[in-house]
Amino acid sequence: MTATSKYFSGAKKSHETHHDEEHDPRELLMFDPKPRGEMNQMVMESMLTTSWKFWVVLGILAFLVATCLVYAWGYMIAEGLWVAGVMRPSYWGIFLVNTVFWIGISHAGTFISAILRVFKAEFRRPFTRAAELMTTFGLIQAGFSIFMHLGRVWLTYWMFPVPNARQLWPNFHSPLMWDLLAISTYVLGSTMYLFLPLIPDLAMARDRSTGWRKTWFKILALGFRGTEGEWRHLTTAMNIFAFAIIPVMFSVHTIVSWDFAMAMRPGWSSTVFGPYFVLGALHSGMGAVAVVLFIMRYTMKHMDYFIRKEHFDALGKLMLIVTFAYTYFFFNDYIVQWYGGDRWTDDLLHWLEEGPMAWMFYQLLLFNLAIPALTLWNKKIRQTPWLLALIGLLINVGMYWERYLIVPVMLTINRMPFTWKLYSPRIEIFLTIGTFSLFLLFYLAASRLIPLIPVWEVQEGQMTHSLRKVGKTHVPTISEFE
Amino acid sequence: MSMTIDLNRVGAKGAIAEEAEGKWGMTIDRDLCTGCQACVAACAMENNLSFVGEEDAAYGRTQHWIRIERFWEGEYPEVKVDGGFQPMLCQQCGHAPCEPVCPVFATPHSNAEQLNLQVYNRCIGTRYCANNCPYQVRSFNWRDYHIEPFHGNQQADGSIVFPLHNQFNPDVTVRRRGVMEKCTFCIQRIHKAQDKAKSEGREVEDGEFTTACAQACPANAITFGRIDHPESLVSQLAAQERGLKHLEELNTLPRITYLKES
Repeated sequence: MTATSKYFSGAKKSHETHHDEEHDPRELLMFDPKPRGEMNQMVMESMLTTSWKFWVVLGILAFLVATCLVYAWGYMIAEGLWVAGVMRPSYWGIFLVNTVFWIGISHAGTFISAILRVFKAEFRRPFTRAAELMTTFGLIQAGFSIFMHLGRVWLTYWMFPVPNARQLWPNFHSPLMWDLLAISTYVLGSTMYLFLPLIPDLAMARDRSTGWRKTWFKILALGFRGTEGEWRHLTTAMNIFAFAIIPVMFSVHTIVSWDFAMAMRPGWSSTVFGPYFVLGALHSGMGAVAVVLFIMRYTMKHMDYFIRKEHFDALGKLMLIVTFAYTYFFFNDYIVQWYGGDRWTDDLLHWLEEGPMAWMFYQLLLFNLAIPALTLWNKKIRQTPWLLALIGLLINVGMYWERYLIVPVMLTINRMPFTWKLYSPRIEIFLTIGTFSLFLLFYLAASRLIPLIPVWEVQEGQMTHSLRKVGKTHVPTISEFE
Repeated sequence: MSMTIDLNRVGAKGAIAEEAEGKWGMTIDRDLCTGCQACVAACAMENNLSFVGEEDAAYGRTQHWIRIERFWEGEYPEVKVDGGFQPMLCQQCGHAPCEPVCPVFATPHSNAEQLNLQVYNRCIGTRYCANNCPYQVRSFNWRDYHIEPFHGNQQADGSIVFPLHNQFNPDVTVRRRGVMEKCTFCIQRIHKAQDKAKSEGREVEDGEFTTACAQACPANAITFGRIDHPESLVSQLAAQERGLKHLEELNTLPRITYLKES
């Protein structure tokens, strides 16, 4: 205790006054360096170690993907959309809920890896990749979900601006076209942005593996040797992407919200939907990152070194801020619409608060607003990984309900009361399970096929951080790398 | 000149002036409507609408281009008819919310006929148009209803014959699954009348033909005709004080006027 407390104790001697502030900087990853060779070895081992549990989970997920996604979707294509629960007036069902949900999940990756990189937030270093993977994998699920809901999915290419003999052109007035362009830009951009910081780690893995893995890493590493010129090009490219992907990220979810906000429907045509959706996306994304970090820390070898309490703490603070911002937009959307007193909006809000789906609305308030806002103040809760992961999971449940309320439940109420009818999902449930399984399956595969920890970023961080001795105390310092 | 506004052009929304009053129009007299559903049946016959079966119909997948909305007050058996019957069909909006949202231009605006078209073979089934239709009058082909077993009769030997196929209107497409459809104002009849008039070197006269629903209505509640001719019956009816456009506040410029004593 005395040995560890002296770093920050300085002139203060009393144990009572600074009880909370006492901590060892070596609890922080940046001040707990390991030799580079050892750390590389740890990451390699985390990729190579697989227990039987891994294969069981992999098998279950692969089975679920094969049945709930491949088979169920194939069945739906062969049979027609009648096997789904969509009908008048809920022409869009869970498919669009899933699309919005997965795009939301994908936002956290970009937020953490791009915005935190641009602002040089040091705690980001060990988990940028895990978060960025979420972007790419989430967007794949979003793509699946949106293609699923098409009545004639085999004609999807008609949305692409392909020159053709009849000179038919897609309609650039349609929010769905903006969606297609925004999401495909985002997929390309974020995948490249995922790949760039991965190159040095792939080269590291290439130099430390044998057999098929060597070939795999060799192909992916693009011949990276780590010369000064290569590093300069790489950091320049990463900088460009980090800045360029931020406006893309904000625009994508704004455009997704326009699918709804541009429509002439009570509840949907709201001008605040853009920022509201962006914040909702970050809210669910942060929660998902907490869950992923928790699973990584407790299932993969050596991860307790890389992912520490400080990271959960920092993520918890971020989640708290996002909760407040989300709360602001949530009430801005609902209360302003309620105050407007439009007859149909009024009916819709009554339907939400006392209709058959009211339980969803109250769970949304509880999981998205109340629980994170009331619990994340507490440092102990933030630093308890399983609690933070649980809160993150609840936020995601709440956010899923939020999208469910916005799509099929709000579609129920329109200006033609004669057609009001409640939607209930049918085959969509299986397809939803399928996309969730595919997402997890991708993660599971990625955890063994690419280094999930950006080793070079952690090492770079550790080199710039040092404890300087000033008088009798040690002061943590950070220097620029240049 | 207002007829020539290209509604598919960028900036067209601003160009839509109040005078873009349309060509074909309809009045529906709600004071005369008895809710007999003859228009619904006639429309189904004329336009090859599929029989969707009990289960899908109950679930909200009826394939009707016109429906009779009933309004009542109270709970059964203390039911009081309130507002009566309201036939609801595509309003052929001059400024239609369904048109701009289609990503593949399957819902263009016809400049010649001033109607909202639905191009079945261009439709990819995003169903955005149906979500954005404030009148909820679009119906989607959830499956190939016309070749489903419940569309035909099972024979003793187990085979299924489809007697309803024999009454298909040859002038109208049979839609397959995955596409949206809606009331066309019987565009096949419009074209037939126009072709005939053209061959005789004249314009189509008011009352020369009518839509299937108007033709079938025993109470004569539905009147169809040229609303760009002020002397036509439909224009005179629409000019009555009882006339109102449905959800006019949305600026959709509907072509159908409902007549009701308030």
